[in-house]
Amino acid sequence: MSLTRDLTHEPKKCTPSMTSPNEKNEQNLTPADQAAGQSVAEEGAVQPAIQSGGQQKTFKDTPLKLESGAALSPFTIAYETYGTLNDDKSNAILICHALTGDQYAASKHPVTGKEGWWEIMIGPGKPIDTDKYFVLCPNVIGGCMGSTGPASTNPATGKAYGLEFPVITIADMVAAQTHLVESLGIKQLFSVIGGSMGGMQVLEWASKYSDRVFSAIPIATAARHSSQNIAFHEVGRQAVMADPEWKSGCYLEENTNPRKGLAVARMAAHITYLSDNALHQKFGRNLQEREKITFGFDADFQVESYLRHQGFRFVDRFDANSYLYITRAMDYFDLFAEHDGILAGAFQDTKTRFCVVSFTSDWLFPTKESRQIVHALTANAANVSFVEIETDKGHDAFLLDEPEMLSAIRGFISAAARQKGLT
Amino acid sequence: MNSHTPSPHDHTTRHDHLIIKTMISPNARVLDIGCGDGALLELLREEKNVDGRGIEISQKNVNHAVAKGLSVIQGDADQDLINYPDNSFDYAVLSLTIQATKNPKKVMEQLMRIADYAIVSFPNFGHWRIRWQILAFGRMPVTDKLPEQWYDTPNIHFCTVKDFVTLCKNIDARVEEAITINKSGYEFSDKVPLFIHNLLGREAVFLLSKNKR
Repeated sequence: MSLTRDLTHEPKKCTPSMTSPNEKNEQNLTPADQAAGQSVAEEGAVQPAIQSGGQQKTFKDTPLKLESGAALSPFTIAYETYGTLNDDKSNAILICHALTGDQYAASKHPVTGKEGWWEIMIGPGKPIDTDKYFVLCPNVIGGCMGSTGPASTNPATGKAYGLEFPVITIADMVAAQTHLVESLGIKQLFSVIGGSMGGMQVLEWASKYSDRVFSAIPIATAARHSSQNIAFHEVGRQAVMADPEWKSGCYLEENTNPRKGLAVARMAAHITYLSDNALHQKFGRNLQEREKITFGFDADFQVESYLRHQGFRFVDRFDANSYLYITRAMDYFDLFAEHDGILAGAFQDTKTRFCVVSFTSDWLFPTKESRQIVHALTANAANVSFVEIETDKGHDAFLLDEPEMLSAIRGFISAAARQKGLT
Repeated sequence: MNSHTPSPHDHTTRHDHLIIKTMISPNARVLDIGCGDGALLELLREEKNVDGRGIEISQKNVNHAVAKGLSVIQGDADQDLINYPDNSFDYAVLSLTIQATKNPKKVMEQLMRIADYAIVSFPNFGHWRIRWQILAFGRMPVTDKLPEQWYDTPNIHFCTVKDFVTLCKNIDARVEEAITINKSGYEFSDKVPLFIHNLLGREAVFLLSKNKR
């Protein structure tokens, strides 16, 4: 009972509370956490303001009705575009980003200064060719790069939402995207493409708005989040909420930042994006800048150092509450349940062309999950291609230079373009 | 599944593909089971404007076919045909694949369920050269079309043209058209008696429909 209570955080209004210095004690942190804290402190512990994207649209008159029954109004979507929308607005491709992705798919990230997360896929002459197609990539609702999320200001209170932000779902993210797509005058998307959580959005689009989706490429994804994946997400959320600086979600008001908790969440999650073999190849048991083990809890091994680095880097560009909300959205995703346990019901009489992609070493979204999608589509005699790419790069493979994936997607998009009369 | 090694020029060289093409009407919905790297689907897309889909057991072949813009999934004729709804295609094609399936009769029944017409091509084990090899040498036949030894061939269910006709009767399929091809590429039409097909045809192509009772 007490454990349950300890781990449960009821939403509360963010009012500045008396913070005792004791709350900042670090006695129950591991040495690794303390090291993490030090390193984070060096980089500056101030919570970054919400980063606004290059382009933003705020919808004031059309409240976003959420699956939970709540509504969000007004709401803003930040997005990036690449390429040019043609005259009849028939060449638009929607890119849906993954859990910790954002709208900067093919342009420089304003916080990290790094190139876009899918430059391998999107650009002139690339499989998603910006010389031919208009590419639209929005930040999801609940995110922290300019779209309305828990770090946005709640118009009712004038303060950041924090945990007063309504719980959102994949369906809500997609519903918000339909507003953006409509506002651009696009009646049918030529393609909706995304990996991981992006793939869930692709499936949601294809299921609920099939007449607005000419083709769909769900990559390394599933029609429902598995128990194992929910379990990993719960570990991440608990890491965030166990950080005393989280302040029951009110860290913005309290001027703190649960960086350590979020970094640990990222470290745990990052392992799931790789594979045993990839970690072995990359790091093995190699030691980090030392000759022998130190008999302590410093990062002796390269793999530890790497994970810490991943964790620390992540907190500079991501909001902890956004992490809670978006992981929750993935956990709730279940296209089976929405159709009485029969996934085929999600794609009844679909005219959309599908290209389902999975990777052999992806244990987070294994091929069998993709195969379930393929079976549901074939049960509707849908037009479906399915490629499983052999790689040892794990779940992250969809972001990497996997030539077979790139050529399959290029071939599929070209054929779909011929079908639609885009040349 | 497909015993043929795909080559870039497959669609110009495989005789059974050319015959299958003549049996398929334009703009039809076609499911090619054991489609290899999609040579037939490509031919049918280009020349008959079909809405084609494929199932192929080799992932390499599937990826190759998808890169060519064909709608192909990885799957197994023995296991995955049950996923398709009844009468969802005009034609279900099984080209040089039936001999590699575990349960040819069940696969044939699935074909007849999924599509209005089934087209099946297969190597004829009743061909005189094969009969001769067994008779004269007492060894399992190895020919240029069936080059593998008995222990490493994927082809586990050979039949003769006569056997196939019997199977069609058993599953209540009606033979609409039957063509066999001899070694030099000559085509025997329906007008030739069955025993000639069975003796001289190296490969056979059958167009089947549902027997309306």
